[in-house]
Amino acid sequence: MLPAALLVGASFAYLLLLFAVAWYGDRRAQQGRSLVGNAWVYALSMAVYCTAWTYFGSVGRASTSGVWFLPIYLGPTLAMILAWMVVRKMIRIARTYRITSIADFVASRYGKSPVLAGLVTLITVVGIVPYIALQLKAIASGYAVLTVAPGDTAAIAPQWWHDSTLYVALALAGFTMVFGTRHLDTTERHEGMVAAIAFESVVKLVAFMAVGLFVSYSVFDGLGDLFARALAHPDLRPLLGLEQGRPFAYEQWFALTVLSMLSVIFLPRQFQVMVVENVDERHLKRAIWVFPLYLLLINLFVLPIALGGLLYFGPGNMNAESFVLSIPLAHGQHALALVAFIGGLSAATGMVIVETIAVSTMVCNDLVMPLLLRTRRFGARAGGDLTRILLLIRRTAIVGVMLLGYVYYHVAGEAYALVSIGLISFAAVAQFAPAALGGMYWKGGTRGGALAGLSAGFALWAWTLMLPSIAKSGWMDAGFVEHGPWGIALLRPEQLLGLAGLDNLTHSLFWSLFANIGAYVAVSLWRTPSASETSQAMLFVDVFERTAGSVPVFWRGRAEVADLQSLMARFLGAGRTQMLFEDYARRAGADRIDQIKPDARLVQFVETQLAGAIGSASARVMVSSVVEEETLGLDDVMRILHEASQLRTYAHELEDKSRSLERATEDLRAANEQLKSLDRLKDDFMSSVTHELRTPLTSIRALSELMADDPDMDAAQRQHFVGIIVNETERLSRLVNQVLDMAKIESGHAEWHNSDVDLRALVEQAIETTQEVFRERGATVVLHAPAQVRTLRADPDRLTQVVLNLLSNAAKFVPKGSGHVDVRIDTDDAGITVRVHDNGPGVPPDQHLLVFERFRQGGDGVNRPQGTGLGLPISRQIVEHFGGRMWLDTDPGQGACFSFHLPWPKMETLPAPGAQSGNHEGGEAP
Amino acid sequence: MTHRILIADDEPNILISLEFLMKREGFEVTVARDGIEALAAIVDQRPDLVLLDVMMPGKTGFEVCQEVRAQDALKDIRILMLTAKGRDTDVAKGLALGADAYMTKPFSTRELVVKVREMLGSAP
Repeated sequence: MLPAALLVGASFAYLLLLFAVAWYGDRRAQQGRSLVGNAWVYALSMAVYCTAWTYFGSVGRASTSGVWFLPIYLGPTLAMILAWMVVRKMIRIARTYRITSIADFVASRYGKSPVLAGLVTLITVVGIVPYIALQLKAIASGYAVLTVAPGDTAAIAPQWWHDSTLYVALALAGFTMVFGTRHLDTTERHEGMVAAIAFESVVKLVAFMAVGLFVSYSVFDGLGDLFARALAHPDLRPLLGLEQGRPFAYEQWFALTVLSMLSVIFLPRQFQVMVVENVDERHLKRAIWVFPLYLLLINLFVLPIALGGLLYFGPGNMNAESFVLSIPLAHGQHALALVAFIGGLSAATGMVIVETIAVSTMVCNDLVMPLLLRTRRFGARAGGDLTRILLLIRRTAIVGVMLLGYVYYHVAGEAYALVSIGLISFAAVAQFAPAALGGMYWKGGTRGGALAGLSAGFALWAWTLMLPSIAKSGWMDAGFVEHGPWGIALLRPEQLLGLAGLDNLTHSLFWSLFANIGAYVAVSLWRTPSASETSQAMLFVDVFERTAGSVPVFWRGRAEVADLQSLMARFLGAGRTQMLFEDYARRAGADRIDQIKPDARLVQFVETQLAGAIGSASARVMVSSVVEEETLGLDDVMRILHEASQLRTYAHELEDKSRSLERATEDLRAANEQLKSLDRLKDDFMSSVTHELRTPLTSIRALSELMADDPDMDAAQRQHFVGIIVNETERLSRLVNQVLDMAKIESGHAEWHNSDVDLRALVEQAIETTQEVFRERGATVVLHAPAQVRTLRADPDRLTQVVLNLLSNAAKFVPKGSGHVDVRIDTDDAGITVRVHDNGPGVPPDQHLLVFERFRQGGDGVNRPQGTGLGLPISRQIVEHFGGRMWLDTDPGQGACFSFHLPWPKMETLPAPGAQSGNHEGGEAP
Repeated sequence: MTHRILIADDEPNILISLEFLMKREGFEVTVARDGIEALAAIVDQRPDLVLLDVMMPGKTGFEVCQEVRAQDALKDIRILMLTAKGRDTDVAKGLALGADAYMTKPFSTRELVVKVREMLGSAP
């Protein structure tokens, strides 16, 4: 037993801590360093799904039916994995159209219908009250377990003003008001609250696992021991199997799984944290695995705690729903019991806070506001700031919902297990699924269909599940459950139309969803959608196809900026409105607010902002009251859609155009760069040519002037000079010819007279031609070639020029007297290779590439042979013209080896016979 | 006193003609066939004037000129640069590096002689 004061003190301390976390979260958000902009916080806040039901109820459920606590967690896991795309679409829709609740979501889809919004809100309130009652019950009974001595039942509060549960409810209501309705925001985001919820998720997980570890490893000798003892116990053994003494109820397992799949998406608090509070769609990616992992962890010790409690206390001796508290307490672990209580408290408060905030928003926007705005005092024509009233309504709604929960707790709660209470709520929110899911993916769904479906589903839910639960608590005559109303057996709530053999939940779910879907589809198909239904259907179903700029605006009429501004000021306050309008003016390109064009887009902007504050249905009513608008027909909707899609096409085309323009600019810039570098090359070439021309001219002029100055110069001297002049003149002619040749080849103006060329004969002829030069230098030339080679297709004169150039180069560099040149012709599949290998000094490695450049001559200044420095570049150009390549191999000391390779003509793929015979020694030149 | 002239050029025929010309004018002539040889000859023989070709293997005329001007002991040596590259930038570069005068090839032998005499006459 713990002292009550300690427990109350600890609870308040915890709530204060929670408040501090929320305050910190809000402060960080104001500073622009949001805590919530984090995928972990988002994923943890989703764990608000795990309430006192999980914390206490699952253990209770496991202690009577073993693994049957599980489907409630399998459903959300499956939903996350299978339906995350649905969630992403909901997030996108809610973000785009400022939807702040599930009621608003459904109503907005079906033409912003206030009736639909009201109906969804009504279902939510009625459906969610038992769920809140469940939390109150859990806290109250947890409190009782810890403070009341076992067996002392008399201590249960005799009068309502002594009932601690009431005070718990009021404390939570106060706390929620401070938390969730401190200010009004058009996005209904509560960053501080989300931070606190994520914090609570950690607390409850840690506390529950602490108890689980304590039971498994301290009370028992590990999980093995625990399960072994349970198996040995005749009463507990069935809990570990699926069949529990009767055939496994597949349909019930399936129903529970589907039910919880729907709940995790449509429960108001899940919609709040998952969709409304989402700040970044990408966070969903992490939540997809973190949230299921969280569910796995918190369920890990459910069965061990349940079995441990049953083994320790004996079956039936202690309420299994409070094993989490009673086991540590019974072992004198008071601190752990306190931690466990705080964990349970955090599970309950998390749920209550988010749920009541979500429900109060719906009650305010979709039930109270529409009524209030009809009155003369607050209506469309009335002025006055309504922001305070909005907050007041929400706060009242929070207290109201909480008190309803308290009342239900007294009416029905005591008789029911936590889990059964929760499932009633689940079944209620599951009714939203057809209208919401259908609305997101089916353009044909109509307002009438949604209304019919929801009404039918809700009525059947109330009849088959809600009323029997109240009746069984003794507050109503339970006769109608047994015998049917007025004795009509077919209408018995739990065997409707004679459907028997199902548990009451599966039975109710079957009938309510069957009627719901049936009515939704049938009524939707019966009537064609109206213009406003069609336009909203487009906006919802095709939300991913529209970007912010191209959302079509379905509105036509006349409006005044001032009217719209004062309307917005009534709900959002003058300051905020001024800011929003200034912001809008900037984006619209207007200098001042009064220069804003009062067009359809402005009307839409105001309506969207208002929708965030008072719901889309009320916003529609309010906006239409201050503007003159024309009713849009279906044709108009179609036309606007068409225009919007055309606009999108234009924008797309424009984007394409500007992209191709960018590409063209880029190409031009590259071309310009290339031209510039070509120009530099040409400049360098001209400069080199000039240099090469001036050098022989210098000798010629100087020597001529010397001879002219001195008519009496002796004959030998004169002869020497004249010889030099003749040589230099020849050099000039050669140079001019080769420069012209080079220019022709490079510009593509060279003439090529192609014929079949026998390269062996051609090389022999060239060797013959240069024979005299080699003989003068005392050098020998040897040809190694196959007896026959295939013919090539090329210009024989040009190839002769190449071979002669290589031979004369070799002749220049071989040592006098002992020169030796090997000429080798090889053929292979690819083509023919000619190598000219001399025994001269070779080319230093750093000049290998330079020798093929223009005006780069080998050798040093003293013994540089006569040449223009254009021979090799021209030869290389010729070889490359025929698709071949020319290169230099050289090992210092081994001489230079210039080679070129020419490919066989392309059209023949098979080499002619004999061409491959290769390298046998052939004829020999002198 | 006979002035001594160093002719540095890698073109043998230009060397032949310049050597003949300068000897005819009564100068004492030595020749160098590349930049490295030219620099060695300048340090070694301290000629009064150098006819320096720009485009030479080993070291270019520009490099030779720069190295000569960097040594205080060689500061009295006149340098006349000869180049087949007649662009203005080349002229400016040569003068900036410390050449005393600049002539482009092909030159008039008469003008060259006048220039050489002028440079030597102004020498201390």
